[in-house]
Amino acid sequence: MNRLLVSPNPHIHAPVSTKSLMRDVVIALMPAVIVSVLFYGLGEIVVLATSVISCVLLEYLITRYLLKKPSTIGDWSAAVTGILLALNLPSSTPWWIVFLGALFAIAVAKMTFGGLGQNLFNPAIAGRVFLLVSFPAAMTNWQIPGGLFGVDAASGATPLGLINEGIMSGASIQDIMAENGFSYGQMLLANVGGSVGEISALALLAGFVYLLVRKVIRPHITLSIWATVALTSLIFWLADPSRFTDPVFNLLSGGMILGSCFMATDYVTSPMSVKGGIVFGIGIGFITMMIRYFGSYPEGMSFAILIMNSTVPLINRWFHQKKYGRK
Amino acid sequence: MMTSTIIWTIVIIAVLGLVLAIVLYLVAEKFKVDEDPRIDEVEKVMPGANCGGCGFAGCRAFAEAAVKAPNLDNNFCPVGGNAVMQKVASILGYEVAEKAPMVAVVRCNGTCANRPKINEYGGMKSCKVKAALYAGDTACAFGCLGCGDCVAACQFGALSMDETTALPVVDESKCVACGACVKACPKGIIELRNKGPRSMRVYVSCVNKDKGPVARKACKAACIGCGLCAKNCPHDAITVEGNVAYIDFTKCKLCRKCVAVCPTGAIHDVNFPKPVDRTPKPAPKPAAAPAAKPAVAQVPVEKPAAAPAPAKPEAEVKPAEPQVKE
Amino acid sequence: MRRTFSIGGVHPADSKISRGCAIEVLPTPPTVYISVSQHIGAPAKPIVAVGDKVKTGQPVAEPGGFVSAYIHSSVSGTVKSIGPRKDLAGNWQTCIEIAVEGDEWAEGIDTSDTLITEFTDDNKVIMDKIRLGGVVGLGGATFPTHVKLSPPPGKKCEMLIINGCECEPYLTSDFRTLLEKGEQVAVGVAIIKQVLGVDKATIAIEDNKPEAISHMEEVLAGLRQKSPKFEGISVMSLMKKYPEGGEKQLIDAVMHRQVPSGALPIDAGAVVQNVATALAVYDAVQKNKPIIDNSVTVTGDCVAAENQHNFLVRVGTPLSYIIDKAGGIPEGAVKVISGGPMMGKAIANLDAATLKGTSALLFLTAEQTERKPETNCIRCGKCAQACPMGLEPFLLQKYARLDNAGALEENAVQDCIECGCCLYSCPAYIPLLDIIRQGKVKVMGIMRARAAAAKAAAEAAKAEKK
Repeated sequence: MNRLLVSPNPHIHAPVSTKSLMRDVVIALMPAVIVSVLFYGLGEIVVLATSVISCVLLEYLITRYLLKKPSTIGDWSAAVTGILLALNLPSSTPWWIVFLGALFAIAVAKMTFGGLGQNLFNPAIAGRVFLLVSFPAAMTNWQIPGGLFGVDAASGATPLGLINEGIMSGASIQDIMAENGFSYGQMLLANVGGSVGEISALALLAGFVYLLVRKVIRPHITLSIWATVALTSLIFWLADPSRFTDPVFNLLSGGMILGSCFMATDYVTSPMSVKGGIVFGIGIGFITMMIRYFGSYPEGMSFAILIMNSTVPLINRWFHQKKYGRK
Repeated sequence: MMTSTIIWTIVIIAVLGLVLAIVLYLVAEKFKVDEDPRIDEVEKVMPGANCGGCGFAGCRAFAEAAVKAPNLDNNFCPVGGNAVMQKVASILGYEVAEKAPMVAVVRCNGTCANRPKINEYGGMKSCKVKAALYAGDTACAFGCLGCGDCVAACQFGALSMDETTALPVVDESKCVACGACVKACPKGIIELRNKGPRSMRVYVSCVNKDKGPVARKACKAACIGCGLCAKNCPHDAITVEGNVAYIDFTKCKLCRKCVAVCPTGAIHDVNFPKPVDRTPKPAPKPAAAPAAKPAVAQVPVEKPAAAPAPAKPEAEVKPAEPQVKE
Repeated sequence: MRRTFSIGGVHPADSKISRGCAIEVLPTPPTVYISVSQHIGAPAKPIVAVGDKVKTGQPVAEPGGFVSAYIHSSVSGTVKSIGPRKDLAGNWQTCIEIAVEGDEWAEGIDTSDTLITEFTDDNKVIMDKIRLGGVVGLGGATFPTHVKLSPPPGKKCEMLIINGCECEPYLTSDFRTLLEKGEQVAVGVAIIKQVLGVDKATIAIEDNKPEAISHMEEVLAGLRQKSPKFEGISVMSLMKKYPEGGEKQLIDAVMHRQVPSGALPIDAGAVVQNVATALAVYDAVQKNKPIIDNSVTVTGDCVAAENQHNFLVRVGTPLSYIIDKAGGIPEGAVKVISGGPMMGKAIANLDAATLKGTSALLFLTAEQTERKPETNCIRCGKCAQACPMGLEPFLLQKYARLDNAGALEENAVQDCIECGCCLYSCPAYIPLLDIIRQGKVKVMGIMRARAAAAKAAAEAAKAEKK
């Protein structure tokens, strides 16, 4: 040794980095990715690959050539955005629409705000919503997985979409459910139509548990969303079971699991304190249910998260954690 | 049906607009702040840098203070200088005395060659943090820490770090003497000094208060507080306090006798057309003098490749470069 | 449910490599350099002159103020010089240089190993002995113990907490002290307990040191049979979590009480003393022996097994001497730390000498101590989760960078205990503590100035009334 190294304390560091956290999120998403590829086959691989490659490539190009800064793709956050975006799209989405979504997610929702950590909205959701309002037809043309490797896949609507349509035309929920043969077991295990990420609650929950075990995220946001969704839908369902869907259906359908476990818990766009996180979760849950019940869109998770994202600076200002020795 | 809807819409919006306009007008009247119009006028002639160099929060604050003040003795905008102050004075009808232009001077010559490192700093790149942690990565506890807090503080791009010397360099043409760097430097190395006629000035480029041998051991170009300069100064401009010499620029007549006698080359003369005569005189400290002599001050003219300085006399000459060559 | 403090905290790897190394007496170095500022507060004033012969345990400097302490010669020999010398950070400190000649102890000091459990002195005599023995808190802050043991009038201590947590990774000197000098520590605890007039004393030990917990329980059980003075002293096992040994965190863990912001532990009814301080109190009161040595752990992952040590070192021993005796600087080490890896100080000058409060010399490799380049804050909130004071470092660092003292004070930067948990847990490697410390210094300065101004105004008002 030549010269002593001198620096302020602490002299050691926990074995975490932005990269390791993001990598854990990617690992946590793997079960869902595998299940979706198994069920949707080639189309899904194209969507996933296009989304991830375009997100990473776009971030690289923007940081290197537009901002003239060192590239930030090494932190894996672009890859996470890519996977999340892909899981939010139907497997039949043409590659160029996926690319546009990635472009909006990375270039507009993330980089214009100053890159990772600065963005107000979750890039993947912003990208998804952008596509939803720009290409409504393509975005609601869901594949119904008929079996492994998508052999006899047919296109159709999601359970939420069918119910929304059905109720518009005056049918009762029980009829619609029976007519289409939905069961909760199916929804848990991936057998209903939907965006890739909607189809298997179980695979997503496995990833969520992994994140909790690795202490990447805390469960308070997710739990408060679930509790709010369950409570809100319980009240409405008890009031009129023929018009409003029940709590279990609402917890398992649509982007609920994907949104509450992976998108709402995004570090950057969720509140810092536990109290704030619970308020944030309640907001998401409530807005989601309002859109599902009274809005014209069958699915409200993405909009709810985006709306609550915009309130995060305010929540952070209002809710702080308890300080030692202070009231 | 259709037409009535349109008409009603227009009517409602027009009425709404009218009502709100009246409300806005009333509110504006009620909360109107009467301000001296001269504040706006003064602010208009200010440079608008909002640097705080005048001691006020920004140009507007300066304008408010100047309008209120009975004279302009305590209000001076270093960025705008005499030209702006003349304009301010004419608006306010005050007299203003001409002030000699100032410039920031880095009083450390602890280049990598003069002042070897004795440890590696691995913390945050900030002089403030480093100074709070320890004495620094060289044996000199007074010198430049080299993390560039002054460079970050300068809003005018007048400071930059010299990679080879690890010292900040002041670009005289850009420096407005706002004093931001002086405040930023935790070691108090940077001083605002008289720019001098044709930018010529003499100063002690060291603030090391250690005793001579200790200072000398830590840095080849340190002021050792020997007092030779003070003894040789015909104008009584130099004081030696706490083992370090200081040249009072209000008294200095730029004769450069001190530069010639300084055994370590700690006294710098910049922007003089000719280098000072450094032929060895019977120095009282012959041991130290010859070794340090070539290191002192300006680049010899016969070594034009060493530095571009002789070609551009107005550029500040760093004596460090030739020394690296040795 | 394992007991611990309620807010924040981190779990760095234990790394108590030298836990099996018994305390060895390090040979006396040829020269010692005894600093006059080894404690918080005013530096001590030297009372010896160059050329004087001094004996081991003889006072060489007297307190320079109320919050100050005596300093004793740790060796016998001749005073060679009194003057500035660079400390481990390279700053000048006045040191008394003593050339060692033999080891002759000052009169009245009991140098035997006999355990004296009986103490009959009254509190005043005990306090004098503690003060004259130069006892300072050896848990890190080196606050003069006699000051801490005289609570301000009107404040009542309800519990004495003896800090045996040693929550910093690597350090084992307190652990070894508990194992090897448990009886002495227990007597010291009983003495402090009597001085404070409290009924309850708790020796808090983290549960990664089960040997120490069971040993102390045995020791106390034995002593209780001998004398009723040991009633009310108990051992408490705490869950291992850093910074459990922090005074405020320890009070929270043991008493489930929080010290109000800006107040002293006594305001929560607690006095906290370190294990090593209890031992020093025992030595000072029972043996008339001032603090002239302390145990120093020499460790690190890159240090060979045979070079791991717990040394009993004379105060003022040059660090380089200790390192030489421990086999030199090990291969791969880039950083030497005085203290633990979380709050210790990196040493810039190995010629510096030990102080009363020096607890360890820790060698870290480049890989262990590397700070990766700072990247964007991802707002994960891990710093706020880790902060044992419940602060929000991400917010504080933002305001500190903006130099916004008002917002810093509003967000309680002055409560920061500089434990390093925030920077330890930051995935973006933002130098949170480095920046926050700057903000804290600034805010503390403003608060002090404000307090001084308020005091002056109050006095002026008082004078006017008269």
